[in-house]
Amino acid sequence: MSPLARLPWAPPPPATPAPSEPEALAPDAIASPSSAVIELFDVTKTYFVQPPVEALRGVSMAVHQGELVGVVGPSGSGKTTLLHLMGTLDRPTSGTVWVTGYDIAKLSDRELSALRAGRVGFVFQQFFLAEHQTVLDNVADGLLYAGATLAERRQAAEEALSRVGLADRLGVRPTQISGGQRQRVAIARALVGRPAIVLADEPTGNLDQATGQSILDLFVELNSEGTTIIVITHDVAIASRMRRVVRFLDGLILDDSASGGAGPRLAGAEIGPTVDGAEEAAGRSGGALSPGDGPDGPDGPEARA
Amino acid sequence: MNGPVNGSGALSPARLRPRDLARLASIGIRTRKLRAGLSALGIAIGVAAIVAVLGLSASSEAGLLAEISKLGTNLLTVTNGQTLFGQTAELPKAAPGMIGRIGPVTDVQYTGAVNNANAYKSPLINSINTNAISVDASSLGLPADVGTTVAQGTYLNAATQNEPVCALGAAAAQRLGIDRVFPGERIWVGGMWFYVTGILKPALLTPEIDSSVLIGFPAAEKYLAFDGHPSEVYVRTENSQVNAVYNVLASTANPESPNEVDVSQPSQALVAQAEAKAALNSLFLGLGAVSLLVGAVGVANIMVISVLERRSEIGLRRALGATKGHVRVQFMAEAVLLSVIGGAIGVAAGAISTAVYASAKGWQVDVPPLAWGGGFGAAILIGVIAGLMPALRAARMSPTEALWSI
Ligand SMILES: Nc1ncnc2c1ncn2[C@@H]1O[C@H](COP(=O)(O)OP(=O)(O)OP(=O)(O)O)[C@@H](O)[C@H]1O
Ligand SMILES: [Mg+2]
Repeated sequence: MSPLARLPWAPPPPATPAPSEPEALAPDAIASPSSAVIELFDVTKTYFVQPPVEALRGVSMAVHQGELVGVVGPSGSGKTTLLHLMGTLDRPTSGTVWVTGYDIAKLSDRELSALRAGRVGFVFQQFFLAEHQTVLDNVADGLLYAGATLAERRQAAEEALSRVGLADRLGVRPTQISGGQRQRVAIARALVGRPAIVLADEPTGNLDQATGQSILDLFVELNSEGTTIIVITHDVAIASRMRRVVRFLDGLILDDSASGGAGPRLAGAEIGPTVDGAEEAAGRSGGALSPGDGPDGPDGPEARA
Repeated sequence: MNGPVNGSGALSPARLRPRDLARLASIGIRTRKLRAGLSALGIAIGVAAIVAVLGLSASSEAGLLAEISKLGTNLLTVTNGQTLFGQTAELPKAAPGMIGRIGPVTDVQYTGAVNNANAYKSPLINSINTNAISVDASSLGLPADVGTTVAQGTYLNAATQNEPVCALGAAAAQRLGIDRVFPGERIWVGGMWFYVTGILKPALLTPEIDSSVLIGFPAAEKYLAFDGHPSEVYVRTENSQVNAVYNVLASTANPESPNEVDVSQPSQALVAQAEAKAALNSLFLGLGAVSLLVGAVGVANIMVISVLERRSEIGLRRALGATKGHVRVQFMAEAVLLSVIGGAIGVAAGAISTAVYASAKGWQVDVPPLAWGGGFGAAILIGVIAGLMPALRAARMSPTEALWSI
């Protein structure tokens, strides 16, 4: 389908955990019968460097439409790797990744690019804004590869910027605004194409506590308007604001606050004991992140590794 | 959201619009102006050199050809050649008259070399110092026939051709140190005084006349023991009949031994000379090509650095949905834009310097399409070649690798 078909960007539909109907599926791209926007089955990812790094060691989870998911875990636990797989920037070493109903193993690099252009929005810790162009054009670039004209892109960018509260800063350069505002610009750029999923990797990592909180408020607000958002963070305090928290350790899911609903594979208890061993062997987490900790009990020493 | 949750239909990447591609291509140039300017300069210098060399040689050739055609391409010369035994042959005395009877011939003039005489400023000059000045007997209408006129005084006439009187070719006058004709001025020719009656302007088509001291046939026979045989006949023909006349000249001039006669078309020799001069420019063209090559290496170098520096931009673009092709074409377009800017500056600089030099020389300004088109084309080609490797590297970079590196 043409991305243009979705222009002009209508106001987002209300947040309904839409039980989506799998209509008109290409035969080889038919998803599992679930309604998940993202689904991972026993995914592993090994970086073949010397020595090889097993960044993910068998992860299964599903994210449904309208969810706001926090992914937490210490440094090196595989969060960014997970996000890259969910965003189709990379392919798993084994296992299956379904994104918006596509098995990404069956898609070519070009098709994955098209999928990202239309359905996935990214927010990065470093913002990645172009200093030579205005805030408006930075956001408009979020649609550059979706086939929209410059005028259409700018109009959509204006709407996205007003959604993140920057309607009055369209013409300024990223260098002229604060870090929090920059991250809002980056979020607007992720939203501008009305993607099915927004993936944020440490979006508050470069911001102070208060600014980080306001960015988080923005995510909560956008989510309440219907956007599916996955936020990766070190910060357990931030994670506690998420409806659902998935905790990672050494490439495995330690626990998932939605494990009841998301299927038996995600049960933290299953992997608990192994994780303990792995954690001790790796010896890199500052404080103990015990399997028993729930999302509502933030782990102080773990918050800023 | 409005996007379908489940996959449906084909996923096909959008094409970049030309305007968007132009914006993308100019990012590197807009954000790193000095660096871009310097690498474009390398291309500009090479292209300017090529355009100027081609333009100048075309202009000078055009100037020369214009002058030649002004002098006329319908002048043919008949010269005494060599006998079978390698001696200088003689043209029959009747040759000019017989040539004059060829239909399309409009004018016949001739000279005869007076071999045993030399010309000096005065009798006191050592006879070795001939200054390479020849003494020739001349028919009376020679200057007009070969396309020159007198600069000073008058030419030989029916009266003075019988007397010890001479006219000087332009170079001969200069070598004798005579730049003005005044009454009673004389030079020492073949052991006696000859009065100078006039000085000729340079004869571009027949430079041998420039270094001659010209006297009348009767005087030459009377005073210098000249045998009266013409050695060079200058023939003007109707423009359309040049080739026809050319073909019969030898047998007409010397029916008994036409192979002892050399026939030539002086304007053709000059044209060939002009072309040979243009060929000499290949040396300078080679230098221009070398500087273009250096410019290309500069652009490639800048592009490689640019790709390395802009890893995170590449990663971001891939995350925004750019395909490998989108990334490749962006960097390719940037390299081409860079060298096209250099090429445009080079073409302008080359054309301007050609125009300035050519108009200073009084030539018609001629920057041939080959010059500017070739310069511009070379710039585009260089952009493609220089951009290819960096663009491929940029496209090959995996998105995660590109995003990872900060
Ligand atoms: N491109 C790569 N090549 C080699 N190893 C990699 C690569 N990317 C990640 N890794 C390794 O994989 C492991 C997981 O990395 P990942 O970036 O996913 O962790 P993370 O949870 O995001 O950590 P952080 O909180 O520090 O960002 C780490 O040990 C890391 O060094
Ligand atoms: Mg990370």
